[in-house]
Amino acid sequence: MNEQVLLGLADDELLLGWRDSEWTGIAPMLEEDVAFSSIAQNEIGHARAVYELLVGPDGDADALAFDRKLEEYRCAPLVELHLLEWAHTIARRWLYEVADEIRITALKDDSDPAVSGLAAKIDREEAYHRMHAEMWHDRLRGEPRFQTALEELWPYALGVLPAELRGELVSRVGLAEVEAIERGTHTDELAPLWEEMTMVRRSAPAGAQW
Amino acid sequence: MVAEAQVWEALEEIPDPEIPVISLVDLGVIRSVDVQNGHVYIEFTPTFLGCPALEVMKRAMEEKVRELGAEPEVSVINDDSWGTDKITATGREKLRAAGFAPPAPRLVQLQSQVHKCPYCGSTETKLENIFGPTPCRSLRYCESCRQPFEQFKTI
Repeated sequence: MNEQVLLGLADDELLLGWRDSEWTGIAPMLEEDVAFSSIAQNEIGHARAVYELLVGPDGDADALAFDRKLEEYRCAPLVELHLLEWAHTIARRWLYEVADEIRITALKDDSDPAVSGLAAKIDREEAYHRMHAEMWHDRLRGEPRFQTALEELWPYALGVLPAELRGELVSRVGLAEVEAIERGTHTDELAPLWEEMTMVRRSAPAGAQW
Repeated sequence: MVAEAQVWEALEEIPDPEIPVISLVDLGVIRSVDVQNGHVYIEFTPTFLGCPALEVMKRAMEEKVRELGAEPEVSVINDDSWGTDKITATGREKLRAAGFAPPAPRLVQLQSQVHKCPYCGSTETKLENIFGPTPCRSLRYCESCRQPFEQFKTI
């Protein structure tokens, strides 16, 4: 089991789930409010399952998810961006789903059955995220504003994948390979998100009770 | 001494928390039941990984087993063994009768993309939204009987 790869996957899904959920209640149309909320819920569910796999049956997945220092997160900078602008939001969803499909497909062939089994389960749900992203990609393709968003986010999208998987992303997205914004570096937009998502754990170290 | 069949019967009484017309057994999420020395071991596979009903289902199973006078051990298995093809024929009919279009078998869905209206049976339906009230459902509209309906996603 390649723990760093799995931790990167879980952190990506947790943070993107968080970012997507920021549309709940304010998406430009009701259908998208529902779609983004559902996708966010699925992504955070995937993150939880991967954290649980990493900590084992007696471990604490919440501790792994929320008790790390900011610089210890292994997410790709793409998912950190706080983008309350629709063209960029859709560009990120589409780029992320294309990259994520390449990564999940590789994990489905992992030699560890716990990893390949979970990847296959995640893949069944992701099929609907891809359908949603492709629908929007078809609708906005050729719009200058969407194209600009894709180009701006492209170096970030490359950073979702390790170098050996980027060739497929390049051919599917159809943009020339550029220098990637690599995993392990962080944008300034992570700090406020980290503050928010770890707040309950930090304020109640013994465990919050409701 | 509790018998395995009694456990299955008891589990059949637990409704899905979000679609209560169908039981956990109908939903096909219970992979195995094993009874040993007063302990009941249940292997359970989630439907969707982010489903908020998972904890509720787990607690309901534990409660049912305790009512039978045994000690429950429920383990959640996050592998690929659950898909909508695991929903039983009875379960599918219960969904349809309640106005939820049951998920088409996976192979059929991948090839045909046909979705039937649960009210009139027409295949003249269109997708309104890939997502619905829960991650496992889509929203469709029947152009024959003009009824909007929820479609259980095939996964």
